[in-house]
Amino acid sequence: MRYETYDAVVIGGGAAGMAAAVTLSKRGKSVIMFEREPQLGGILLQCIHNGFGLQEFKEELTGPEYAERFTQQVASSPITVKLNTTVLELQQKDDKKVVIACNSKEGILEIETKAIVLAMGCRERNRGNINTPGTRPSGVFTAGLAQRLVNIDGYIPGKEVVIVGSGDIGLIMARRMTWVGAKVKAVIEIQPNPAGLTRNIVQCLNDYNIPLYLSHIVSEIRGKDRVESVCVTPLEDGRPNEDKSFAIACDTVLYSVGLVPDNEITRSINLNLNPETGGAWVDANLMTKIPGIFSCGNVLHVHDLVDYVSEEAMRCGNFAADYIEGKTLQCPIQLKAGGNVKYVLPNAMNLEEPSKMYLRPLIVKNSATLEVRCNNTVVKSIKLRHVQPSEMISYTFDPQKLGAEELLELNTHNSLEISVS
Amino acid sequence: MDSIYDVVIVGAGVSGSAIARKLSSYALNVALIDKEVDVSFGVSKANSGIIHGGFHHKSSTLKSRLECLGNRMFDQLKEELHFPFSRCGILVVAFSDEEMRTVEQLYRQGVANHAVGIELCNRERLLSLEPKLNADVVGGLHAPNGGIIEPYRFVFALVESAVRNGVKLLTDWHLVGVTEQENHYLLRNERGEEIISRYVVNAAGVHADTVSKLFNAEDFTISLRKGEEFLMDRNAKAYPSKVLFPVPSAHSKGTLVIPTVEGTTMIGPTSEPTTCKDDLATSKENFEKVFYNARRLVPVVSERDVITSFTGVRPLVESDDFYIAISEQSPRLIQVAGIQSPGLTASPAIAEYVKELLKKAGLSMLEKTHYDPYIEQVPRLRDLSPLEADALIAQNPAYGDIVCRCEKISEGEIISAIRHGHTTLDGIKFYTRAQMGRCQGGFCTHRILKIIERETGLTIAEITKRGSNSYIASEQVGNLAVEDNHAL
Repeated sequence: MRYETYDAVVIGGGAAGMAAAVTLSKRGKSVIMFEREPQLGGILLQCIHNGFGLQEFKEELTGPEYAERFTQQVASSPITVKLNTTVLELQQKDDKKVVIACNSKEGILEIETKAIVLAMGCRERNRGNINTPGTRPSGVFTAGLAQRLVNIDGYIPGKEVVIVGSGDIGLIMARRMTWVGAKVKAVIEIQPNPAGLTRNIVQCLNDYNIPLYLSHIVSEIRGKDRVESVCVTPLEDGRPNEDKSFAIACDTVLYSVGLVPDNEITRSINLNLNPETGGAWVDANLMTKIPGIFSCGNVLHVHDLVDYVSEEAMRCGNFAADYIEGKTLQCPIQLKAGGNVKYVLPNAMNLEEPSKMYLRPLIVKNSATLEVRCNNTVVKSIKLRHVQPSEMISYTFDPQKLGAEELLELNTHNSLEISVS
Repeated sequence: MDSIYDVVIVGAGVSGSAIARKLSSYALNVALIDKEVDVSFGVSKANSGIIHGGFHHKSSTLKSRLECLGNRMFDQLKEELHFPFSRCGILVVAFSDEEMRTVEQLYRQGVANHAVGIELCNRERLLSLEPKLNADVVGGLHAPNGGIIEPYRFVFALVESAVRNGVKLLTDWHLVGVTEQENHYLLRNERGEEIISRYVVNAAGVHADTVSKLFNAEDFTISLRKGEEFLMDRNAKAYPSKVLFPVPSAHSKGTLVIPTVEGTTMIGPTSEPTTCKDDLATSKENFEKVFYNARRLVPVVSERDVITSFTGVRPLVESDDFYIAISEQSPRLIQVAGIQSPGLTASPAIAEYVKELLKKAGLSMLEKTHYDPYIEQVPRLRDLSPLEADALIAQNPAYGDIVCRCEKISEGEIISAIRHGHTTLDGIKFYTRAQMGRCQGGFCTHRILKIIERETGLTIAEITKRGSNSYIASEQVGNLAVEDNHAL
């Protein structure tokens, strides 16, 4: 057993973890970062397509290039990096926090720390989660696993592919599988609208004449040893019309049906999760209900772009440094999702500082309005050019810009509701 | 001509494997053959994993006698073979006075079968035993001797023990032809390879009727009942403390809510006839039915917690009892057919019973002096304290590398599975639990593939999910011709 002490422990060495660790280190804190894989970068390493960094670096990078911008910063900092190391458990002992991890070289490590940043990212939903009936042959993969196999291991998971779900990874994989010589026969999306970004529909499907079936489901997977076909059924008025079902012969089915924050370590310390995000409850300091434990990136909520993850994680690093320095502001104002909003983050804020909010809208609309309400009175209203569920809305709300009367109201009610219409 | 055996057992499911292990304690030359690439890949891998409490069946049936005998043998078996098993107890839950009358009948049957500790419960007692039960219960039955097991782990351990004691295991050995000669059988597989055996045990599960015909023995038919099961996340609130049964119907013991030994919740099975031996498909209708029935027992059961589902089949013979007998047409063949529920519970007793039948059929048996009932216990990182884990990793660093994050399975455990002969993705899954958790292999499959490649020398194209044509990735990047189908 090795026992060590650091100001902060960062769990996860992907986009979020690296940005948080670098920020903490710049603030002079001693940091240890744990990563399960043999190198830093997380899922970015298998995303060899471009389109990353437009917000953060104002240039278009591939996933590995984007990761490298941060791995270089980590390398030139005094951060202790533990690769091939898995965190097993978090413990709270009085006001001390303890992180238990293991690797093959050092065995079990027990790290005592003042602050913990959770940055474990997310995982993919799979066939079991959406209960596709049928047989259980080989050839059923999540899109991310297929991406890993193709881009890092150099294996082609199949030659005739049907993709379930039009999430971004699925769309990117439609193009990627085409490029390695597989035939992508269809992308099947249950919703009437694509789940992924518009640019990916155009660049990954339309450019390769890959058919996208909206309002359709894969109602059955067939095949004994290996996938032989899928049965596709259209939805009419939200219900499957089995009379119009048709089969598509294929040897591979890829699932791109959403991502879920990977919060298993979070559960080990009994932090309850928000059912809407799958992430922890956090205040405007990105701090969970256990003081000193922070969360950022896709383990907090699933982001559209890595650039937003980095931005959030850098703020998180600063908040964690503030906490270590005893400068954390209380957040008495509760933030709630109102009409047409799936969730709003953070879940609480303070009156002293502007707070950056992320909202996931439930509607598709041009010329929408975002409203901030206190006790059913609109205190702030802004226009949005276009909203859709696949694009997160970010908005910085500054309570100091409110009128005296509104501030008084807010002080009395301690609650704001955010809606989109 | 490869080898001459005293006994060949056809089928490495739980019955065949238990028989093989029993026979391995005698000075006999025994082979266990199976058409699949690994053991426990048929009926024994896909079932509810229940060690039954000895009250569901009439005392007069063979299955009831063997169930009760088998049940009592599991504590010692666990001691010797280290498979996951817990005598957590069983509750049968009644929702009406009429159902309560059936429960009373089960209770009387249990008493007649000497089920240890069996107890008739009123509503309060039942709810105190399992607070997660639907509050509408009126009463039920408690069988504290019932329990749960990981069925494939039990079979793997039985086979490992049998092989340690000299049994020859032949997987991927599909019996397709039999020639009866004066005092032995000549058995032939698909590849034309032959083995000779003086006695044969037909424990071929759903294929027992086909195998019987190969011997020109009894012409019986195995009929099948499918059962779908749904496995839920470790964090599911529904996890009960005991196995929960509804009141049984004529055909089935009903939809159960099961706390698996490994801490996940399972609900199922359905029960519907099928004619196809490969029919392992799940359906949407059954999904709805199973959840409806499970929620009647435990209202917090939620569809949101499902991580996977699967189907198993139960092999039935016409009598609805076990058919275990010396063949009348082919007197050195022992039929072990129709081993449906409670076959898993009964399996150790089936092995004893078959041993006696072989003796009766003329096989002489001498106990081995050097028989070792124990197998080595493979350490599992998740079960160890930090200090124990640290010591293990110092001894074998592969235990410090976590491959399956959901179930906390280390590389050391994967390597152990491979060295015990489990070289398919499913074999490794059933042996270690890697890929069995909530991500269903999304994060660890690529790592397991690499470990199999390294440890076995198989190429990626040769690695399968479970043998035959269940390949994972047949080509490498660069091998396929790329069509120039870019629209631009």
